[in-house]
Amino acid sequence: MVDLVPVIVLLPLVIFLLLAFFGHRLSTSVIAVLAVSGTFISTILTLVLGWSFLSSPPEGFFLAAHLWEWMSAGGLSVAISFHLDTLSLVFMFVITFVGFLILVYSTEFMQGDEGYARFFAYINLFIASMLILVLADNLLLMYLGWEGVGLCSYLLIGFWYQDPANGYAARKAFIMTRIGDTALIIGLLLMFMEFDTLNIAEILAAAPSKWAQGEPTATLAAFLLLGGAIGKSAQLPLQTWLPDAMAGPSPVSALIHAATMVTAGVYLIARTHTIFELAPMAQQAVAIIGTATLLLAGFSALVQKDIKRVLAYSTMSQIGYMFLALGVGAWSAGIFHFMIHAFFKALLFLGAGAVILVVHHEHNMFKMGGLYKKLPVVFWTFLIASASLAALPLVSAGFYSKDLILWEVFASESGGTTLWLLAFAGAFITALYTARMVLVTFFGKTGIEPTNRPGPRIAIPLVILAVLSLAGGFIELPHSMGHIQLFSGIIHHTLPPVTLRGLSASSELILQIITGLSCLVAIALAYLLYRRNTALVNNFKQTGLGAWLHSFWNSGWGFDSVYQALLVNPVVALSRINKNDVIDLISVGLSEVLARTNRVMVTTQNGKIRWYMTVIVIGAIITITISILI
Amino acid sequence: MVLFYIAAFVAVVSTFMVITRLNAVHALVYLVVSLLSVAVTFYLLGAPFAAALEVIIYAGAIMVLFIFVVMMLHLGDKSVAQEQAWFNLSMWIGPGILSLILFVEIFYLILSNPNESRGQVVVDARQVGITLYGPYIIAVELAAVLLMAGIVGAYYLGKEKTTVLHRFLKKQEDG
Amino acid sequence: MVEVPLTHGLVLAVILFLLGLVGLLTRRNIFFMMMSVEIMLNAAGLAFIVGSSRWAEADGQLMFIFILSMAAAEVAVGLALILRFYKEYDTLDADAASKMKG
Repeated sequence: MVDLVPVIVLLPLVIFLLLAFFGHRLSTSVIAVLAVSGTFISTILTLVLGWSFLSSPPEGFFLAAHLWEWMSAGGLSVAISFHLDTLSLVFMFVITFVGFLILVYSTEFMQGDEGYARFFAYINLFIASMLILVLADNLLLMYLGWEGVGLCSYLLIGFWYQDPANGYAARKAFIMTRIGDTALIIGLLLMFMEFDTLNIAEILAAAPSKWAQGEPTATLAAFLLLGGAIGKSAQLPLQTWLPDAMAGPSPVSALIHAATMVTAGVYLIARTHTIFELAPMAQQAVAIIGTATLLLAGFSALVQKDIKRVLAYSTMSQIGYMFLALGVGAWSAGIFHFMIHAFFKALLFLGAGAVILVVHHEHNMFKMGGLYKKLPVVFWTFLIASASLAALPLVSAGFYSKDLILWEVFASESGGTTLWLLAFAGAFITALYTARMVLVTFFGKTGIEPTNRPGPRIAIPLVILAVLSLAGGFIELPHSMGHIQLFSGIIHHTLPPVTLRGLSASSELILQIITGLSCLVAIALAYLLYRRNTALVNNFKQTGLGAWLHSFWNSGWGFDSVYQALLVNPVVALSRINKNDVIDLISVGLSEVLARTNRVMVTTQNGKIRWYMTVIVIGAIITITISILI
Repeated sequence: MVLFYIAAFVAVVSTFMVITRLNAVHALVYLVVSLLSVAVTFYLLGAPFAAALEVIIYAGAIMVLFIFVVMMLHLGDKSVAQEQAWFNLSMWIGPGILSLILFVEIFYLILSNPNESRGQVVVDARQVGITLYGPYIIAVELAAVLLMAGIVGAYYLGKEKTTVLHRFLKKQEDG
Repeated sequence: MVEVPLTHGLVLAVILFLLGLVGLLTRRNIFFMMMSVEIMLNAAGLAFIVGSSRWAEADGQLMFIFILSMAAAEVAVGLALILRFYKEYDTLDADAASKMKG
């Protein structure tokens, strides 16, 4: 069974190599079949592996597959080996299954694109890298996967490279995540210095005995790891790249910027949970960053016009929820929300992509409208996903996962009422902007006539994801509704359970009712503002305060302009000053001196015989004079 | 004794005339005179064989070659105008100074090694021949090779070069 | 024959050589340059003969013979070159052949 693990990782990698080298020679259908089949087999194998893992769990609830020794230098010994436990199993399932569905979707979405093979090659490389990331048993291999997904993100955001704006967005994403990666690698080095090993299991086992609670080194290490996580997961303050990353194709946004890569930070924090538990200050920081991001992103999503940007800010916000959950110690709740979010957010992006495809690549929601009759499959699946996002009570999976987080934020020892209130406000805003998005895009007057209905390869993945968005939540029901704990049962083999204050079950029920009601109120408010009486919002936008708020939230709370003024402009100005490259002058100066000397000396070579002879005579005179004198 | 100085004087004057004439043929004739006077000098120095060779080969064959070339290049009265344009007295100052400096130096060197000559001995042709085909036999062979190279080179360089067109290009010419 | 002081002979050779050198440096016509070279060679030969007379050996005359044969070969080739030069540049200006400039 354990031998399946390398195969699962290897299949997408082999497909990537095949497509990279031979893709330009293959026909479109062959490319599609190749690209999808690799991940399909990986998905099947993951399900088989998961089934056997859960039904007859191995010793210690993990599997180790050692492949080979990567490097061994000094005291550092790093191997390519995979460590499969329940946490990586959940991630693996999401990556392969959602990846498979998105690949099937892309075979129709990217039809006719001249970079067809290139696209699938990159996606397969991405899937392979992400699998390496979640399966790595040592931090260096995980960093390899980390960098791999960053590379694929850059390649895929700038996929339509002929437009320089896409290249700019790709560069922005890469550079911002790079800042996080630098923090991560410093954290890695710190770990190595402290523990003499980079093996995760060994570090986590040795950490409690080496570091006391709240020790400065532990806090530093945790903050560095957090730095890496916020870069990849687009949290404050490195969050500005995610809205611009929507320049890539919609399947890319679905896979990378909704379901998998941006959750790598969540995985990292969950994986190294022991270190965060030893550094309560860092864990508090995780929670605070999560809360701040979810509010910031929520307000920004409320005023966006581009449908993909709404979804981007929404992703930022939901990952803020996951961070918040991890920050208060609700590990399994955070991972549960990750899984459910992967389903409905991928579905939302795929649905948005299908809509954009049929309305001639128009991204502005306000130009669409009245599509609910014309695109039934897309509409219903989109509606289900939006219900999940808004946490519509009882029927959607999102309700169960988000409600679990809210409850554990309120009830855990490191949580509290303040955090709960802020998260609750965030949930209200989430429902508000989600309803706004659905209402503006699908209802009202028809703005643009859709060209045709999407085909089965788009429709079927949408339906599958919709089913999961509805039913996925039923594996984790709260106390008041049957108390099924399938999911946390699985996760608790790897991550510790949350420590709650002793609150009664009734307070949980009360909170649930409040959350459910607020969702319904938000949906009603959205209907009022954006369907019934749109004049209210428009009038408010005309006022001074309204206009300022609108532009402030629209630009993501002004972070872009701050970064531009603080960081980008000085560097650009400096490079303009150094245009002639002072440092280069040293080597250029040398060649310049030589060239000038040559120009002077070359005048003696004028090709005239008499001049040469005169010089010979002068030389003879000099020689004879010297010999006479000596 | 006096003969030597007379011959020397003639040589110097005629050489001077060689380098200052505008007409090529005039210069060549003066050159012949210079060579003949140098031959007389050789004879006075007790080298009759060398004197004979000087007259036969130098003044005879080599100068004739020069005159043939003058004929082929049409260097005669017509080119005098061109030479006049190029003859610039100010151009003589530089080389004149350099030569003067050289002369002073070499004169100094010569005088710093005073060497009295032995009594005048005539080295006749027989002695020259024995020395030539004795110790210097290799040099004879090398001189022969050099002359052959000279012949071949002169033949090749003097040949009229005909441009050979490829037959495809020739058609273009005919059309 | 007569007593000729060595130094006087050498001085004569030097004077002739320098005259040839001056002619070489000043004349612009290649043909005249060629003639000046012949003058210089002749002067060198004279120096050899003077030396031979001082030592009463035949070696100097032998050197002169070799110089002579070399001058003959050189004149043959050189004049052929002058003819080619004339055909190429249509003039005998030495300054015309300055393609090796720079």
